[in-house]
Amino acid sequence: MSNATLSQKRPSTLRAASLPKWFGWAVAAGSVALGLGISTVAGLDSSIQWALIAGLLFIVGTFGIAARVEGKRQAKDRVATSLVWVAFLFAVIPLASLVYETVKRGVKVLDGYFLSHSMGVVATSEPGGGIYHAILGTLEQVGLAAAISVPVGVLTAIYLVEYGRGNLAKAVTFFVDVMTGIPSIVAGLFVLSTWILVLGMGPSGFAGAMALTILMLPVVVRSTEEMLKLVPNELREASLALGVPKWRTILKVVLPTAIGGITTGVMLAVARIAGETAPVLLLVWGSNYINANPFADPQASLPMYIYLQFQQSGGSGAAYDRAWAASLTLIAFIMILNLAARGIAHWKAPKSGR
Amino acid sequence: MAKRIDVSGLNAYYSSFRAIEDISMTVEPRTVTAFIGPSGCGKSTFLRTLNRMHEVTSGGRVEGKVMLDDEDLYGPGVDPVSVRREVGMVFQRPNPFPTMSIYDNVAAGLKLVGTKKKSELDDVVEKSLKGANLWNEVKDRLNKPGSGLSGGQQQRLCIARAIAVEPKVLLMDEPCSALDPISTLAIEDLIGELKERFTIVIVTHNMQQAARVSDRTAFFNLAAVGQPGKLIEIDDTARIFSNPSVQATEDYISGRFG
Repeated sequence: MSNATLSQKRPSTLRAASLPKWFGWAVAAGSVALGLGISTVAGLDSSIQWALIAGLLFIVGTFGIAARVEGKRQAKDRVATSLVWVAFLFAVIPLASLVYETVKRGVKVLDGYFLSHSMGVVATSEPGGGIYHAILGTLEQVGLAAAISVPVGVLTAIYLVEYGRGNLAKAVTFFVDVMTGIPSIVAGLFVLSTWILVLGMGPSGFAGAMALTILMLPVVVRSTEEMLKLVPNELREASLALGVPKWRTILKVVLPTAIGGITTGVMLAVARIAGETAPVLLLVWGSNYINANPFADPQASLPMYIYLQFQQSGGSGAAYDRAWAASLTLIAFIMILNLAARGIAHWKAPKSGR
Repeated sequence: MAKRIDVSGLNAYYSSFRAIEDISMTVEPRTVTAFIGPSGCGKSTFLRTLNRMHEVTSGGRVEGKVMLDDEDLYGPGVDPVSVRREVGMVFQRPNPFPTMSIYDNVAAGLKLVGTKKKSELDDVVEKSLKGANLWNEVKDRLNKPGSGLSGGQQQRLCIARAIAVEPKVLLMDEPCSALDPISTLAIEDLIGELKERFTIVIVTHNMQQAARVSDRTAFFNLAAVGQPGKLIEIDDTARIFSNPSVQATEDYISGRFG
């Protein structure tokens, strides 16, 4: 009995006063209203101005009231939480608006006909035509680049993580880092000067694929390296202690454990090069016709198609529509690749089995 | 099948640091030998020199002789891969392969080295899991991932995986230190059974465990941090725990260490 009365009288050390759940929204609504009011009175008509005033009021109001009622630590927590949310919104708004705009403008001409026809007999200023040749070109160029850079990149990463010791490994790591920073136009110029100018080859999808390889290789090496480093050493030792040779250990234990992450890395690298324009412009030249052979003659590709439609439109709405539809196709292509990568990573991830 | 280990004048290094100094001992076939001693005294390093796993660590190198019956493990032309097939190892933390099922984990050693015949593999998997006292618990879910088992079961799975390749010697590096008392008991019982077929060397920090499972016990110690570890004495377990011939051993065992 006496205990109960005591604990009622003594203030709890664990429970403190707290603001209701709607507090944040109320302060937000209040500061927006106040911000609008101040702007009207002061005669400010820019929406950025009142939004900034409202934001400032919100931070000051949240901190002030929360510090009074809940204490300083909780007030700081509330302000930090709101800042994180604002940062998140700032990051998402451009992305959402980009996707919205592309979809809105892109769906106008995007249909089966558009995906299955080329620009062969259509002038850039006329409606009609499609992107079949560009899709074909992108798939072939990206496919070739991946076919070269995935084996080379994965093997390089295996060397660096499993075998590489000393100066050679350090040199390889250094040059991979340098390669990461090569601008795509420089990669294009390099292939242009060797393949086309010195060796005298003509423009082709393969020439473009070589430049894309230079861009893709360091990304594949880096991501594969990180994934291989994540494989616990205990697994390697367990396999070696069974009398399994090192190369089989890598092939049957290390790679399967890391394969999900490696696939994700490769897909992200593919997504990165699928949108490259500069090297394609220099080396593949672009074409309005279907060219299924990547080893001879100019080819089209999606990013270059977008650029050419825009550049050669002469103000024609039909060309703009096609450029937007091609953009939408490119985004969709990359998004599908990313989803596929996630699917594979999830499917191949080591299972807990519970 | 079990083989004798005869070590003489063994030094092991990490780059230029000497981790263990001048160790000589004999491990008889079909016995359990326990290594005890304070942390950092080189027990695990010494254990890993017995199947050439020490050199897997970068900078690891070994001087001296380790005879397995009449073959020197460090002789010229000896393939460490073949050594590890003769001398199996169980690690401190259970480490089943996460991408493989229970069945594939046990069959891994054989599958990754050669045997592919399904019927043969089936036999080996069943025999090894029975040998590790795990068969009854997992026989209905052989195709489930090994990582779904409890810690104690995982460790027995790792033992099954190690004995599936029919080694002559089984090294165990603190196999129970991550397990609860009941799983520990299961593994200790298992060690008693396995000793009929293998030569077993076990590193442990648990002195009661050494006393329970081993026939002979070796005590390692180091003079100071940064000094190499040394073998202080090796003797019958009963003697080590009742009447050791070196004062340091008695101090360590009775807890008056340091």
